Amino acid sequence: MADEPRVRTLIHGTNALQRGVPAQIRITLGHPMENGLRHDGYGNVVPRNLATRFECRLDGVLVVAADLYPAMAANPFLAFWLRADGPGTLSFEWWGDNGFHHRETRDIAPA
Amino acid sequence: MTRTVLPGRRQLLGAAGGLVLGLQLRTARAVSATATLAEVERQWAGGQPVREGRVQLEVAPLVENGNAVPIRVRLDSPMTADDRVQEIVVFNERNPQRDVVRFSFGPACGRAQADARIRLATSQQLVALARLADGSLWSHHVDVIVTLAACVES
Repeated sequence: MADEPRVRTLIHGTNALQRGVPAQIRITLGHPMENGLRHDGYGNVVPRNLATRFECRLDGVLVVAADLYPAMAANPFLAFWLRADGPGTLSFEWWGDNGFHHRETRDIAPA
Repeated sequence: MTRTVLPGRRQLLGAAGGLVLGLQLRTARAVSATATLAEVERQWAGGQPVREGRVQLEVAPLVENGNAVPIRVRLDSPMTADDRVQEIVVFNERNPQRDVVRFSFGPACGRAQADARIRLATSQQLVALARLADGSLWSHHVDVIVTLAACVES
């Protein structure tokens, strides 16, 4: 049915937030991060397929952005620190090769 | 009447302790940049001076699996509007490409710290470079030994 395979992500740390207190957010994106330098078992080059950009925003205000390069491991994991002063919506967005784009949101309500 | 002064037991023990301490300090101390990294840093800095210090790159000195190496970059900063870290970038010395990751920290960021998992093709030097809002640039060089390299299957 679906043309594109389902993108899998893990987002941790958005539940137990406190107002104004920095807290760590940990995210993983299911992505092969093929760097275009490897060969398969038949000697063919595996085409490059990278996630190249990540952005996390709180109600449109940038938290952290990351440019990802071939030296990032497969299934890129990132952790960073968020300080939320009130309830809002966190957005997580990835961009990559071959038009890859994925967006997730989490509503947060810091205590 | 000659009397040779032999070092006492306490002095010997003290010297031995100092030697051990010195060795430990050497592994923890920042190393100087290799020529490859120095060139990359010059381009990144755009002619501004880069000082060693403040920013920290945490990575295990002995890496068993180069396919996923945990790293952490951090810099103690209040992260206020005036005194904040704008970006921290990581470069490598001997992967096929020098870039590893670039973090930009926005207004909703609570702490200038970020973790990632990276690939390392071989034993080499890594550097974290930080750009602060006041325009100052900071670096931290780390040598890592990789026992199982990434990209060995090609």
